[in-house]
Amino acid sequence: MTQGTRATAAEPLPLAEGIQGIVSDWSSDQRAFKNVPWGKAMMWIFLLSDTFIFSSFLISYMTVRMSTTDPWPNPSEVFALVLFGKKIPLILIAIMTFVLISSSGTMAMAVNFGYRKDRVKTFVLLLVTAALGATFVGMQAFEWTKLIVDEGIRPWGNPLGAAQFGSTFFMITGFHGTHVSIGVIFLIIVAIKVIRGDLDHERPGFMTGRKGKYEIVEIMGLYWHFVDLVWVFIFAVFYLW
Amino acid sequence: MAHAEAQQHPVAAHVEGQQHPIGIYLKIWGLLFVLSTASYLVDYFHFQGYLRWFLIILFMLLKAGLIVAVFMHMLWERLAMVYAILVPTVLLMVLLGIGALEADYTFFTRGVFFLKGLL
Repeated sequence: MTQGTRATAAEPLPLAEGIQGIVSDWSSDQRAFKNVPWGKAMMWIFLLSDTFIFSSFLISYMTVRMSTTDPWPNPSEVFALVLFGKKIPLILIAIMTFVLISSSGTMAMAVNFGYRKDRVKTFVLLLVTAALGATFVGMQAFEWTKLIVDEGIRPWGNPLGAAQFGSTFFMITGFHGTHVSIGVIFLIIVAIKVIRGDLDHERPGFMTGRKGKYEIVEIMGLYWHFVDLVWVFIFAVFYLW
Repeated sequence: MAHAEAQQHPVAAHVEGQQHPIGIYLKIWGLLFVLSTASYLVDYFHFQGYLRWFLIILFMLLKAGLIVAVFMHMLWERLAMVYAILVPTVLLMVLLGIGALEADYTFFTRGVFFLKGLL
């Protein structure tokens, strides 16, 4: 009865909430994911598939660790460092964790300033995020060098105990480190697009005809937070077990 | 009548993307630092057994939840997307269970095999 009195045709109908909202979104025309840019929904679906990849790695690691009859090397001692003449357990991994969490914090703020169209702050925060990510990869390279050269740990065996330690360690941290490295490259690309004003002038990026918008900073952020999220699980189940 | 009322309260318009006060990110950042320190201290003080497992898993899930909910904005997304992303991950619990069962069995058969070799 009130439908005829709607002021403008451009005003969208309100969306249903709760369980009813799920049903109506999924059964609606054209698109199931309302109120999100297409690229963001696609990034979430990619991250879901990546979740399954990392989960397969971590669950395989659990399976080989539980089934080996050889003693498992103690991560607390393997990843200890001598600092100021004192041996501190697991300190390198703790610092790496703080570096990655900090990069997640700067990324979240970059997304925020991006939507406020604050070009310079977004650019600086994206570069800080990339720098922290590169620091993380650098520390990981140091850790790998220490393990390979000093401790003699190889993917097929090591002098400390179970051979599965090396294979799962290099596989899981290597795959995660690759994700961080790719993220650093894309952070720099997005940062350049931001400072050049590509997103303000809606210039399309390479390999796409879609207009550049500040939502790409958020999509980049989703990927970066995911990399941090995976590290939370690796830190807990690989280093603290 | 109900229809008319529903129209008076439209869903808060999404101006552009997710806009939240900067303070919430700083608070979550601080909280993540505290939780990471706590999980490091679990190792530093050599907690063992069920206490260690309980604390490690608790801090892990809290950190993961904070990152997904606030940093990745899941808290403010529509339920259709939240469920599409989070429900499939629950299936991984099945794989986890299968992996644990399989590992126990492999450990048992290896034990039998190596014991036979000793006799």
